[in-house]
Amino acid sequence: MTAVAATPARMARLEENLDRAADEVFSTMMGVRCLPVPDSADAEREVLSAVIGLAGAMSGSMVLHSGSRAAMRIAERLTGIEPGEVDAVVRDAMGEVCNMVAGAWKGFDGTLACGCLLSTPTVVSGSSYELFTQRAPIRIERTYRFEERTITFSICCEFSS
Amino acid sequence: MSGIRVLIVDDSSVMRKIVERALRQAGLNLVKVLEAGSGCEGLAALGRECVDLIVSDINMPAMDGLELLRQIQAQSLAPGVPVVMITTESGEEHVREALAAGAQGYIRKPFTPDQVRDRVLPLLVPA
Repeated sequence: MTAVAATPARMARLEENLDRAADEVFSTMMGVRCLPVPDSADAEREVLSAVIGLAGAMSGSMVLHSGSRAAMRIAERLTGIEPGEVDAVVRDAMGEVCNMVAGAWKGFDGTLACGCLLSTPTVVSGSSYELFTQRAPIRIERTYRFEERTITFSICCEFSS
Repeated sequence: MSGIRVLIVDDSSVMRKIVERALRQAGLNLVKVLEAGSGCEGLAALGRECVDLIVSDINMPAMDGLELLRQIQAQSLAPGVPVVMITTESGEEHVREALAAGAQGYIRKPFTPDQVRDRVLPLLVPA
């Protein structure tokens, strides 16, 4: 297979689809809007990252980066129970949100909906890690705000031809 | 509707709780909720207990939801019990694969309680 970059128009659609996917998941499952913000200057220090692998028509990964406030609020919104700390439930919730956003994101693209498969989520604690992707001509990073909290989704991938 | 015994299979404990809540919000009178964190655990639960409804994730490590469906049929576990798959996969191919494997319903995540009600209730009401 050959790595293929996206055209500027396709890149714009992939970014728009990520915005739609994040808002759809937060609105439907948590009852709150999740909208893009121009930068992440006031973002919390990252403490959790949920990673979903992409394989098939597109290969790479989607990562949800979050601080503890945002992660605990996501868990509270999903379960109805306020967590006292970043525990297994919070990590589980982060993985599920990343999974749902990745699924919705690829579902908005006709080529990827059936041609791209998702891995089960992996959640990493702390910020001292690096994800290595061999070739990744497509890099998207978008920051979102929900309920005065900030999260970031990053996608690092390539199309296969 | 009389009491429903349900088996919820998902590797995420958070998602199992969300599905249970959605089923209750959909109006189901759940009298017993069995949870399984994998397809293997789901099979074991069906070997021990009778249920009226099975709701399973597809994308799980070790034994995924489709293999769970095939095993349920191969071992004649839970005959006549409707199985609804819940997954992030939305492509028509995935839906067809789940239905061909024996699922009676398919719900895409994210979902609303109304969507759960619309997909599940018709499977539980006698014709």
